[in-house]
Amino acid sequence: MKILVCISNVPDTTTRIKLSGDQNAIDLSSVQWIINPWDELALTRALELKEASGGSISSVSIIHVGNAGSDATLRKALAIGADDAIRVDAAPTDAYAVAHEIAEAIKDKNYDMILCGIESSDYNGSAMGGMLAEFLNMESVSSVSKLEIEGDELKLNREIAGGFEVVSATAPVVVIVQKGIALEPRIPSMRGIMMARKKPLEVVAATGAEALTEFVHYTPPQPKAACKMIDADNPAELVNLLHNEAKII
Amino acid sequence: MAYPYNPPDYFGIDELLSDEHKIVRSSIRDYVTRSIVPIIDQAAQQHTFPSHIIKELGALGVFGPFIPETYGGAGLDHISYGLIMAELERGDSGIRSVASVQTSLVMYPIFAFGSEEQKQRFLPRLATGELIGCFGLTEPNHGSDPGSMETTLREEGDHYVLNGAKMWITNSTIADIAIVWAKDEKGVVRGLIAEKDTPGFSASETHSKWSLRASVTGELVFDQVKIPKEYVFPDIRGLKEPLMCLNSARYGIAWGAIGAAADCYNTALQYAQERLQFGRPLASFQLQQKKLAEMVTEITQAQLLVWRLGVLRNEGRATPAQISMAKRNNVQMALQVARESRQVLGAMGITGDFPVMRHMMNLESVITYEGTHDIHLLITGADITGINAFE
Repeated sequence: MKILVCISNVPDTTTRIKLSGDQNAIDLSSVQWIINPWDELALTRALELKEASGGSISSVSIIHVGNAGSDATLRKALAIGADDAIRVDAAPTDAYAVAHEIAEAIKDKNYDMILCGIESSDYNGSAMGGMLAEFLNMESVSSVSKLEIEGDELKLNREIAGGFEVVSATAPVVVIVQKGIALEPRIPSMRGIMMARKKPLEVVAATGAEALTEFVHYTPPQPKAACKMIDADNPAELVNLLHNEAKII
Repeated sequence: MAYPYNPPDYFGIDELLSDEHKIVRSSIRDYVTRSIVPIIDQAAQQHTFPSHIIKELGALGVFGPFIPETYGGAGLDHISYGLIMAELERGDSGIRSVASVQTSLVMYPIFAFGSEEQKQRFLPRLATGELIGCFGLTEPNHGSDPGSMETTLREEGDHYVLNGAKMWITNSTIADIAIVWAKDEKGVVRGLIAEKDTPGFSASETHSKWSLRASVTGELVFDQVKIPKEYVFPDIRGLKEPLMCLNSARYGIAWGAIGAAADCYNTALQYAQERLQFGRPLASFQLQQKKLAEMVTEITQAQLLVWRLGVLRNEGRATPAQISMAKRNNVQMALQVARESRQVLGAMGITGDFPVMRHMMNLESVITYEGTHDIHLLITGADITGINAFE
């Protein structure tokens, strides 16, 4: 079995996002980039499955659509333990274009299982995995928070309202994963970082898939209002403020 | 509480680092955030070394990162080593000290001065943390003048006999082996590896420290300890080699101090932006801005200093005097930043809710060990004048 994990390159979640002057672009000048947290968990689970497979999972590969600036993120994924990487050399404009580029890059590579994070922590589109499955004409299962391999079958827990459901699937399949798929993302070891130097990172030309959407402008959230402290011995004042000032009761 | 860690990079020094350096840094940063920050205050308050982290640190590869892969290291460069030390010291100087000693004072001498048999026997297990080491140079009566050491190594037939005591030894009671420096019959300094289970070898812990409370410090005593001849470094004669070990450790400390300073500054900046007094954030007051602005200025200078030192060390050109200057400057800087940060936090600064006072107390040791603040200044003095003021 060959596993592919789709990797998105996103700003560190502690980054303070600044917008350009005209509010239709994000100022990326001081952004630290990381592996999308959901993708990092997907990669961690893929590696756990490979290690427990007794050799039946032969490789865990990663793929990414992005420019050369993403290579550090891909090297980190290789340091975590992926065997090889593919980077489609194009800016990731929207989910449709990314899914199309990935599908074209891997259509002849016969991956048995493709793991995608349910969303990316930058734009939260949640569309790429499903689109990729459609382009590849593969089945897909979404919101997966547990993934086990039992013989030729995959056992998957899907998060649904009020609980989860267990479904089974057979390869080839696209599995779109939720938090819980792995306990914690793996941290690369120093030896893993050295080994990543020698692992293949193949850069392939993009097919030029066009985005179906474009960003018009961004609006930052309202700044938080100052916190008003009320003495614990004065509940009447709290009620008064909630009623007359906040007008929520 | 700990704020999200956003260390300053005021001059875009990140651009001077390779992608690999950044991966090294982010790995250690993630580990410290996940596994050190949540436990370190309690460990320090209880004066306990969290020994479970040794295996984690070994698996992460922070022991001997610049030692070649053939001996269990990662084969990384010296800038990577520095970044690792800075990130660990963001967690705690005591944790960084454990990694410093293991790497620069135990694995480095075995790698640099040991026989092939010694390297094969010890280095791979030191790299994983299966073995922990310590370094015995300082003695109860000889700190800044190690050349006057009283510990002796006498040849007796097919072995040597070690007698003496070493003081202020990081990892003393948790170490499986000690790198010990002692004088032979001719008064010449020799280096050796002593195993803790050898009869006559005892170690104790120094209790009631107000600094480095989350790491072990203590004493080693050698009473007629038999040392096999194959455990003595074959070609060491004199103080040059132990000082080479100290250079490696001091280099790591110069980087490490920046981690403690950045954690304090990061805390002070965010606290000053949140905390209101007179209806305004603390950060809006000129005197607080002065503190914060001076801190980031000093941290930036220290970052540039160690980056250049790292380039020189990678090229084999960093001199002991340059390393002394960087260690002295950066530890003093970190201690000053910690003290100023403590003031920004007001009374909250003295509590374990924030890391500042712990860093401040740790740095009181760091400014003294591995060559005191004053001795490093005299090393610079000797280097620029050609006159040694302390011999």
